[in-house]
Amino acid sequence: MSDSVLRMEDVTMQFGGVVAVNNLSLEVNRGEIVALIGPNGAGKTTAFNCITGVYEPTNGQVFYEDKLIVANHPSGKMKKAYQGMNSEKYIHVKPIDPTPDQITKLGIARTFQNIRLWKSMTVFENVLTAKHMRARQNVFSATFRLNAAEEHRMHEETLALLEEQNLLQFKDDLATSLPYGLQRRLEIARALATEPKLLLLDEPAAGMNPQETEDLGQFIVQIKEKYDLTIFMIEHHMDLVMRFSDRIYVIDFGKLIAKGTPAEIQANPKVIEAYLGVADDE
Amino acid sequence: MDLRKDKKKDMLCTAVALAAMFIVLLVMELTMKSTSILFTVMKKGVIYALVAVSMNLLNGFTGLFSLGQAGFMLIGAYTYSILSMPVSVKMGESVYKYYDCAIGIELGIFPSLILAGVIAAVFAALIGLPVLRLKSDYLAIATLGFAEILRALFQWDAMGPVTNGANVLRQYKDLTKVKIPFTNIQFPPTLFCFLVSGICIAIIVLLINSSYGRAFKAIRDDEIAAEAMGINLFKHKEMSFVISSFFAGISGAMLAMFQYTVQAAQFKTAMTYEILLIVVIGGIGSVTGSCIASFLFIACNEWWLRFLDESSNNILGLNILRSGFRKVVFSIIIMIIVLFFSKGIMGDREFSWARIRAFFARFKKKAAASEGGEPNV
Ligand SMILES: Nc1ncnc2c1ncn2[C@@H]1O[C@H](COP(=O)(O)OP(=O)(O)OP(=O)(O)O)[C@@H](O)[C@H]1O
Ligand SMILES: [Mg+2]
Repeated sequence: MSDSVLRMEDVTMQFGGVVAVNNLSLEVNRGEIVALIGPNGAGKTTAFNCITGVYEPTNGQVFYEDKLIVANHPSGKMKKAYQGMNSEKYIHVKPIDPTPDQITKLGIARTFQNIRLWKSMTVFENVLTAKHMRARQNVFSATFRLNAAEEHRMHEETLALLEEQNLLQFKDDLATSLPYGLQRRLEIARALATEPKLLLLDEPAAGMNPQETEDLGQFIVQIKEKYDLTIFMIEHHMDLVMRFSDRIYVIDFGKLIAKGTPAEIQANPKVIEAYLGVADDE
Repeated sequence: MDLRKDKKKDMLCTAVALAAMFIVLLVMELTMKSTSILFTVMKKGVIYALVAVSMNLLNGFTGLFSLGQAGFMLIGAYTYSILSMPVSVKMGESVYKYYDCAIGIELGIFPSLILAGVIAAVFAALIGLPVLRLKSDYLAIATLGFAEILRALFQWDAMGPVTNGANVLRQYKDLTKVKIPFTNIQFPPTLFCFLVSGICIAIIVLLINSSYGRAFKAIRDDEIAAEAMGINLFKHKEMSFVISSFFAGISGAMLAMFQYTVQAAQFKTAMTYEILLIVVIGGIGSVTGSCIASFLFIACNEWWLRFLDESSNNILGLNILRSGFRKVVFSIIIMIIVLFFSKGIMGDREFSWARIRAFFARFKKKAAASEGGEPNV
């Protein structure tokens, strides 16, 4: 078995005339923490959405553990309108357009940049519901409580996850009543409840102060070890990225402009240039 | 530990309350005149409660704004009537006057009831395939359209040998034909309606509180998050739609039993709106709300406001009371409810013993405080 967990090949996402992700290729290996950075609007979230089945990319392929999970090439109207590269390269590959739940089932879980917790549910229910996918039950057995053992297991595992995240004391509170930082933690707990092997975090430290950011970094390393995870994260907090990631990809206007270790990225003039353009809002 | 004890206590309370309700019902049915308006309201109320709860499962708990309920009730009512009608009636001249009835079988009450649900569910599964890919308003329009198509289909001449065309169906097994098992004694009809509806509603409540119910709520709260957490949107929506329609079908079948005759023309869009109104007034996302609102709605419609329609009740020489005036007052009441209780009677909460206990505890505290004389501000 090779070490590649996630591989994107020439992924392009074009919305009308906007090329949000432009011929992006990257690779994430087992056990790594890899960061995806870039200025606002660079196409980072869109790249995540192409991996997780939210969007169908216009062109390119995505592999998970060396298995092709997403594939497309420009066709129909997009054939003429396509502004990206490699339009012919994947013409002989049968398009694969999975739904997000199929991707999650494979073992890829994610969090959202703009927190998307289930707002009518408690902290406990938010995590418990994410366990639904892997539970061995059907609608009949669940309705008539023939799945009591399975339900019990889900409850226990949920409590354990909440305990680990220090969220146990809030378990019966509405998820949306939590402070912002804890909501982000809860989203991570919920993603972990789907039992992923690859965790995609979209700006997990957004809105956190330096102390909380540092804690989060430690926490990410900790869950990575504990659950044998691979982590691919989008982040704007440079201290977090530089301190905790093994490798970094930098994109600007949808295009990959640099990749390498934190030290290499910090010294890369292209990166500095891309960031200087927007440096004054940091 | 304490929580589990409380839960057990609550379940006991519920069981006792339900048993008491059924006993009271039985006593009432044995002692009071069966033609009493009270029984009519209770029967129709509990039948509507079932269809309202089934609609709430879709609209309130899964977040699917569907308006097909009358259509599925129609399927249920027809399936039940046709299957339970004695063969001698079908082959005779009295019902299928203009057609040769094509359905040569006769089933008992229970198989007919179950099949009424099953056929409605099968139709829902087929309709759901294209329709459930639509969102909000589009879904509402599409389901409304399908319900109307179903009604037209059932009235269509070509369907005559099955549905008797646009004519009424009657002489099937109505509520008076229900017997206590293994005897020839009539089953108390109101009790029967309460039992069947009660079991169905209990199953829906069990479903809502199961893992699948949580998945439905996740879809309602945030589809994108639900999908990202591995919940297959289409599968779960279809499931909710099919189950909801199954119970709408059963409720339609019971309506047919209650009415003695059934005709497609009755199951118009207006009927769906009535059910929607019950759901909204009771509270979207509250099963108990739907039940309470259903009884209130039927009682107002059939009983409490009837006096407004009688011009003989006019006093002071003002001629405002006349046939149809009831509807005016009714609309005003509904507007007031919607304006002042915008979330319905129950909001999205459920009846709970804990809340009742808390209420009495507060009451006691207040009483104790006022006895002490010192108003603590
Ligand atoms: N569904 C969509 N339709 C049209 N354009 C879109 C869509 N989604 C994203 N875009 C465009 O794609 C570009 C990249 O957006 P994206 O959200 O991926 O940026 P980002 O790198 O995540 O930025 P941020 O740091 O602000 O989160 C933006 O110009 C955005 O307007
Ligand atoms: Mg983003």
